[in-house]
Amino acid sequence: MGSVTVYGPPISTAVSRVLACLLEKDVDFKLVNVDMAKGQHKSPDYLKLQPFGQVPAFQDEHATLFESRAICRYICDKYADRGNKNLLGRNGAGPAERAQVEQWLEAESQSFNPPSSALVFQLAFAPRMGLPQDPAAVELNQAKLAKVLDVYERRLGESRFLARDEFSLADLAHLPNAHYICSAGKDDMFASRKNVARWWEEISTRLSWKKVVDMYSAPPA
Amino acid sequence: MGVKVYGKPQAVCPQRVMHCLVEKGVSFEFVLVDIDAMEHKRAEYMEKHPFGQVPFIADGDFELFESRAIVRYFAAKYADRGPNLLGRTAEERAKVEQWLDVEAITYSPCAFPIVFNLFLFPIRGLPGNKGEAVAAMEKLDKILEVYEKQLARTKYLAGDEFTLADLTHIPVTRYLVEHCGLAYLLDDKPHVKAWWEAVSSRPAWKKVMSFVASGASFYAP
Repeated sequence: MGSVTVYGPPISTAVSRVLACLLEKDVDFKLVNVDMAKGQHKSPDYLKLQPFGQVPAFQDEHATLFESRAICRYICDKYADRGNKNLLGRNGAGPAERAQVEQWLEAESQSFNPPSSALVFQLAFAPRMGLPQDPAAVELNQAKLAKVLDVYERRLGESRFLARDEFSLADLAHLPNAHYICSAGKDDMFASRKNVARWWEEISTRLSWKKVVDMYSAPPA
Repeated sequence: MGVKVYGKPQAVCPQRVMHCLVEKGVSFEFVLVDIDAMEHKRAEYMEKHPFGQVPFIADGDFELFESRAIVRYFAAKYADRGPNLLGRTAEERAKVEQWLDVEAITYSPCAFPIVFNLFLFPIRGLPGNKGEAVAAMEKLDKILEVYEKQLARTKYLAGDEFTLADLTHIPVTRYLVEHCGLAYLLDDKPHVKAWWEAVSSRPAWKKVMSFVASGASFYAP
């Protein structure tokens, strides 16, 4: 134990997805910053870890991995006996229960992530980087996201969390993008939908997520 | 009761599911959802699939959407049959998940605009956006350079055996190569070319293509 390293800036949505999972699983880790403003993510050394030049990259004594959701699934499988044991369904519950989590994790990556990532860039990162916001892009992606949240509203009226009645990796995957959107003043998208508001309140106040948000304002390593 | 796959047999995402079932020797009934007539957006279908997409499956009473969740489900349920599609250890599975996510988040979002603009819209008499297709082709070429480096080290994406990570690439890649004239993108990438030849000549994939061409509703191994 003690050999887990995550590479990337903690404010990255994809990096913080992995950090949230590690904290839920009580797995210790070292965070190594990657200075993207200086192009460190495209350096030959970094490309050995992540050949597409994206963050995060992940290493433990057995594997070097990329893709935040794949890393999260590995952490849940590899460290099955630690921390929250039910993030992919209950251990030993069989393929159907895990499949329900996988269904909503895919929904997050395929339906929620594209419009919410675009909004996160426009609302949170473009200003930080001194880039102009594109109001047409904001409007378009807000409309797309609203349709997704309407589906969630219906689903969360049937189930306490997205995949099942317990918090799972499918809910966790939403935390980073939703956090930035709410912090940038578009929280009405979540607050105006009764079930989504309930769900967001529950998942965003989890201790593991609060610890990740604290890392956003910590000085880089 | 058996497996029912809902969708259009020519569509990419249902083809992934059919391929997985054929690799595993599992019979299924294919139930046509007329997406050209927007059947997938009607209330009756959206009762099953809240995002109004295909495919949707029913395995007895168990229902699932998102093709990559569905193939993970069947690969796990039938782990003891046919080829091993998910790896044997947590580390091997992690590599499968990593390249599955690359396909979902990096490869396909680039491939689909090419197929829509160069093939699907034109055959429906709609204008295709050539500029969008060309921009996507340039991106795809860069992505395939990374695939070339990986496939120079391993026979398949996640290792030396065919897995779900390869499987989910096949339907859209066939459209790129056979209907969008993009075979040339593989000409300077000998390992990608060899990989494509290997995966597209798998007997199970050929059976899927025959099944689609036949217009049949029932598949039995």
